[in-house]
Amino acid sequence: MTFRKYLVLAGITVFSTLGDSLLARGMKELGGISLHNVSGLLLAILNPWVTLGILLLLAFFASYMSALSWADLTYVLPATSLGYVLVALIAHVAFHEQILPTRWLGIALIAAGVGFVAVGPSVTTHAHPSTHDDVPADTVSQEVKL
Amino acid sequence: MNELYAWAAIALITLAATTGDVLLAYSMKRVGDVGELWKNRGLLAVIGRVLSTPTFFLGVLAMAVAFYSLLFGLSWGNLSLVVPASASLTFVANAVAARIFLHERVGRRRWAAALLVAAGVALMAL
Repeated sequence: MTFRKYLVLAGITVFSTLGDSLLARGMKELGGISLHNVSGLLLAILNPWVTLGILLLLAFFASYMSALSWADLTYVLPATSLGYVLVALIAHVAFHEQILPTRWLGIALIAAGVGFVAVGPSVTTHAHPSTHDDVPADTVSQEVKL
Repeated sequence: MNELYAWAAIALITLAATTGDVLLAYSMKRVGDVGELWKNRGLLAVIGRVLSTPTFFLGVLAMAVAFYSLLFGLSWGNLSLVVPASASLTFVANAVAARIFLHERVGRRRWAAALLVAAGVALMAL
């Protein structure tokens, strides 16, 4: 893991969080969309908050694809989960949603989870299959070694 | 009724997002390290190789379903319910799916991380 790779993981966290929050803001302005009003879902893209949210989610997607090319899915997902902590803080500041004590506990658990993967390996290499014979080597993980 | 719509959207997001994540992770492992590829062959080579991977488009399709379910869900439920609830379920589903379909080594550390994050995210939805 290089510094640049950690930057990509940080990018995933920040872009997805801001993107989701902007989308939420835009969708709240538009009000409830039902199955009887599907055209509303397509027109939602014209709302500036939704547009900006989509642009940020595209940036998220590019960094996410990059990370998945050199790290395991089960590493990338927990490693970038601090975004949900950011969502709570943004929801608190921008939408005045409350942060209850249970949410603070949630924030602590997420931080612990991030810590657990962060100190472990980022990619399955099967370099020593004898010590981990419960998981069979396969073509995908063979390619990771290349 | 809004609550029911929100949870229907959450179930749909979880299923579609897990399918999408696994397909995209599989595709990008086939593409190889994007950073190396960009450095050696340029950005066009990266884009070309990603776009010539058929499972990538299936993954994007699944993600598009998840994205529209999210828009649908966000218009009915709170940001702080729909996002954490679907994410929490997706973490656990992904750990199982990555082990089965991607043969990732999901050891005790990874399980602990997935479950802690899932529990934490679920707590934040309360």
